[in-house]
Formats: sequence, structure tokens, C-alpha cells
Amino acid sequence: MAQLSAGSLTLQYEQRRVVEGLSTQIPEGNVTMIVGANACGKSTLLRGLSRLLKPSAGVVTLDGKDIHSRPARELARTLGLLPQHPVAPDGITVRELVGRGRYPHQGFFRSWRTGDKSEHDLAVQRALETTSTLELAERNVDELSGGQRQRVWIAMALAQETEVLLLDEPTTYLDLAHQVEVLDLLTDLNRSRGTTVAIVLHDLNLAARYADHVIAMKAGAIVAEGPAEVVVTEDLVREVFGLESRVVPDPLSGTPLVLPIGRHHTAAPPSDIELEFVP
Amino acid sequence: MVAVVVLALVAGASLAIGARGMSIETVWQSLTQFNPDDGNHAVVRARIPRTVLGLVVGAALGLAGAAMQGVSRNPLADPGIMGVNAGAALAVVAGIHLFGISGASGFIWFAFAGAAAAAAVVYLIASMGRDGATPVKLALAGAALSAGLYSLMNVILVSSQDTLDRFRFWQVGGIAGNDWSVLVAGLPFLLIGATIVLVSGRILNSLALGDDMARGLGHNVPLARGVTALGIVLLCGSATAMAGPIGFIGLVVPHAVRFFTGPDYRWILPFSMVLAPALLLVSDLAGRVVLLPGEVPAGIMTAIVGAPVFVWLVRRGKGTSL
Repeated sequence: MAQLSAGSLTLQYEQRRVVEGLSTQIPEGNVTMIVGANACGKSTLLRGLSRLLKPSAGVVTLDGKDIHSRPARELARTLGLLPQHPVAPDGITVRELVGRGRYPHQGFFRSWRTGDKSEHDLAVQRALETTSTLELAERNVDELSGGQRQRVWIAMALAQETEVLLLDEPTTYLDLAHQVEVLDLLTDLNRSRGTTVAIVLHDLNLAARYADHVIAMKAGAIVAEGPAEVVVTEDLVREVFGLESRVVPDPLSGTPLVLPIGRHHTAAPPSDIELEFVP
Repeated sequence: MVAVVVLALVAGASLAIGARGMSIETVWQSLTQFNPDDGNHAVVRARIPRTVLGLVVGAALGLAGAAMQGVSRNPLADPGIMGVNAGAALAVVAGIHLFGISGASGFIWFAFAGAAAAAAVVYLIASMGRDGATPVKLALAGAALSAGLYSLMNVILVSSQDTLDRFRFWQVGGIAGNDWSVLVAGLPFLLIGATIVLVSGRILNSLALGDDMARGLGHNVPLARGVTALGIVLLCGSATAMAGPIGFIGLVVPHAVRFFTGPDYRWILPFSMVLAPALLLVSDLAGRVVLLPGEVPAGIMTAIVGAPVFVWLVRRGKGTSL
């Protein structure tokens, strides 16, 4: 069991208050997508939930206990995190990098034991297999493409074997195919291991398609939360993004599909539009 | 293993080579069956403190450089760049000028305090603002503080001929002419520092992935950084007091070591500790023979060896992440 909750959470950088009095729950065993406009506080909320940012008021609890009162290493065995800008050291191999995710599980002397197939080697192996990075294992991380590299970082988070995994915009800078690949992978993880996954995501349509639960934020507060079908509506897109749109059922998944309108495309195209091209 | 053999060979050579060359047998005999009446044996014996000092100072600088690069995630980190040498040097000069201290056992306390103060100030300046002490801010703060401290030091030196004379011998960085008292004064600090830094390998491995990731893996990042920095200050302060500011060893050796250990600090640290003294002793040896019968201080020789490597590191350009 790993229930992550925020109660009356206030988060701020120096004097600037970003999130104020926010309470929510990350449903256990689900994929939760946190969406909202730029600077709405969604990444800050994730930083608060993952103890990167200490709340100035309120509390974040995991199974009822304040995450800041728990020993950091013990917490790291339950609550994993992939930050937005992790750094790959020069010349590190994929296997080595993934292995560093084992830190919370290793004692000082255990970390030196190599050679025999320990549970750590097996965990690394599983993580490489799950993310289809096994064939890259001996390559240098610097040589990989953006999509491969993101898979390797996810592999590292998997090697940590936590019940909850928080990811801050894991698809940024990836092309559409790789975005889908990463989200498929995280869904696999959720389905096969029951990992609770929470993702801050920019793309509203992908969020709606992959989410069991959507949290929509505006100005540091939650505007709506629940299943995508309930949360992602034309009214919500107007309120959160200030954008007129049509929301139609995604023909593939049935989830809400947001079609932005903008100034150059009319909301209701004339049905006789083709006639205009007749000479 | 190979690294230890290399170090042993270099240490042997350090005993044998000098203004008066010795055969390997003479060195071995003087160590195993010392004959006080044999002049050659006496010369070899006289070189032992210098060699041991080179080993100790080199090990300290190698460890400190590697740990500094790890803790600041900055490939150009070095006791010189981060202002620690400048702090130690200014403190020693101020000590000479104001209190008339002389001899390394007096220098050590000033050097140590100066190094600690400089490191603390650099860290505090770099910690201001929302992101905390980022590598870039650390390097900038270090460079700025170094410049300021060195100009203060020059103010004192320019205004006092006497201080300048006493300072000059120490400042250029040399491991010649010192005796056991220096070593005894600095060794306890150095050992504590070395212990702290040697066990911090896994912390540095996690910090290398970025502060957020390190925290996600269950580290207390400010505490980890602070403890490692304390170890670095102990190493740099005592090494500088023993031999004057010797640059480039802490920069060059960890990078050379990475070629065969890869980026794992659990290997980089011990290898740097063993190979840095080898480089320092080789530099000292080269300094003994290039201008026979005179000598060039080791600090100048390490700069001659190290500067091209530094230029190469900067030109390579991609070394912005560790």
C-alpha cells in the first residue's frame, strides 16, 4: 500500500507563493496526469509531492506519515522520482546508470559486491528488459538518441522498485512516436506491477488518453479532478488555458479529444466548404 | 594494483634521483641496512621526508580534486579555481605579516582557517538565489573570490619586503626542504579529510545525476555536500600548509583516472589518491634535474604538466557535465 496525499499544501520559492492550500490524493494503483497552463504550479506540486520542495504550510503524506519526517533512504524505496532535467555523467554506460537507481536498497558494503548475480543485478536486468534497453546496456548514455535516453532514465527509476513513481514532463523534447512509446511504457509498468504513476504532462490529448485520473490546475489550485471524460471539457479548457475548443470523443480510445479553435479557423466550418474551390 | 606499483617505483626514484644520483642498490641498502657512516646512505635518508611529504600532499590533492569535481559537478573544479588555495595563501601571508609566524607548523592553522573560510564564503555566495549552489555559480563565486583574495594578498606583500621574502619560499609550492615537523602538524587533519572523502563515493555518484535525482534516491543533498566539502577543506588546507599552493594536480589526475575507471567515484577517488602523488613526485623529480644543480619547485613543474591538460579539457568543450 502506498497512498500519496497532500493536505492544505502551500509551496513557495522564497517569497513567491506558487501553490496555496491545496489538498488532493494520488489514487493508488492508477495513472494520474497533472495538467494545466504554463506556470500554473503543476511542476511545483510534483516537486512538493516528491519532497524536492519542503512545504511552507500543510503536509504531504505517504500512507498517512509526513514524507519529511521519514528517513530519506527508506522513503526512496517507496517513492521514486524522475525529475525534468537529470544529468548523465560523461562516459557512463546504460547499465551503470540504471544501477545507480539501486542506491536506496544498498548498504555501504553491499554496493561493492560485484560478479555474482545479486538481487541488485537482477533488478537492473528486469528494468532494462521492461524498457527494451537491454541491447543498449553496454553503450554510453551520451551516444543515445533522446527517446532512448528517456527510456534509460525510466529504467533507472524502475530499478529503484518503488510503489509510487512521479515524473515531471517525461516526454518533453521527444517526437510524437517517442512520446507515445514512453507513455505506453509507463502504462505497462502500471498494469504489470501495479505501480502508482503520477505524471506532469503538457499534451492534454495524450494526458486524456493515458490517464485513469486527471488533475487540472490553474494558478496554484486544483480546478477539477477525476476521470478524463469528466474533467476534460470545453468549459475546462476555456477556464484553464483560456482557449476556445471543441472536445470530441477520440475515435480510437473514446477519451476526450481537444480540438483547439484559434483565430484562423472557424468553430463551425460551412458544410459547403468544398464549393469554394470550384473554379 | 598497477597504480600502486607505479607509485612505489616513482617513490623509489624520488629517493635515488637528485643533485647526487644513487644506484637502486644504495637506496635499498640505506632503507634496509642503514649505515650512518656511509655518505650516500645519509643523502638517501635525507630525501625520505621529502618523498613522504610528496606522497601525502599528492594523495590529499588528488582526493580533494576528485571530490571537488564530484561535489560541484564541475569538471574544472580544483582547489585553485574554487578559491580554497587563495584563502589559505592569504591567511598565511596575513599570519606572516601580522603575527610574524614562520615554519609550517605555524602556517597550518592559518592555511586551514583560510581554506575553510574561503570555501564557506564561496558556498554561501553560490547558494544565494532560488537554485542554490549550482556548479556554474560555485565556479563563478570561486573565481571572483580568488581574484579578490589574491589582490589583498598582493597589497600586503607589496607593502612589506620582509613578509615577501619569507612568503616567496613557501608560495611557489615545493615539497623540498621541509622536515618531519610539517608532516606531523598536518597529518591528523589530512587523515580525517581523506576518510570523509573516501567514503563519499556513492554520494558523489548520486550527486552526479543532478541534485533532484540525488534527493529522489534518498540523499540529504545539503548535508552530503557540506560533509564532503568539510573533507575537501581539511585536505586542501593541510596540503597547502605543508607544501604551499600546488595547482593542477587535483584537476588533472581525476580526469586522467576517468579514462580507465569510467565515471564511478568509488573507483575515481582511490585511484586519484594513489596516482596523484606519483604525478607530484615525478614533477618534483623533473624539477630536481632540469636545472642541475639548482631546482625548480614542484608547484611550477605541476603547472607545466597541468596547463596543457587544462587547455585540452576546456577546448574539448563537452566536459560541462560529470
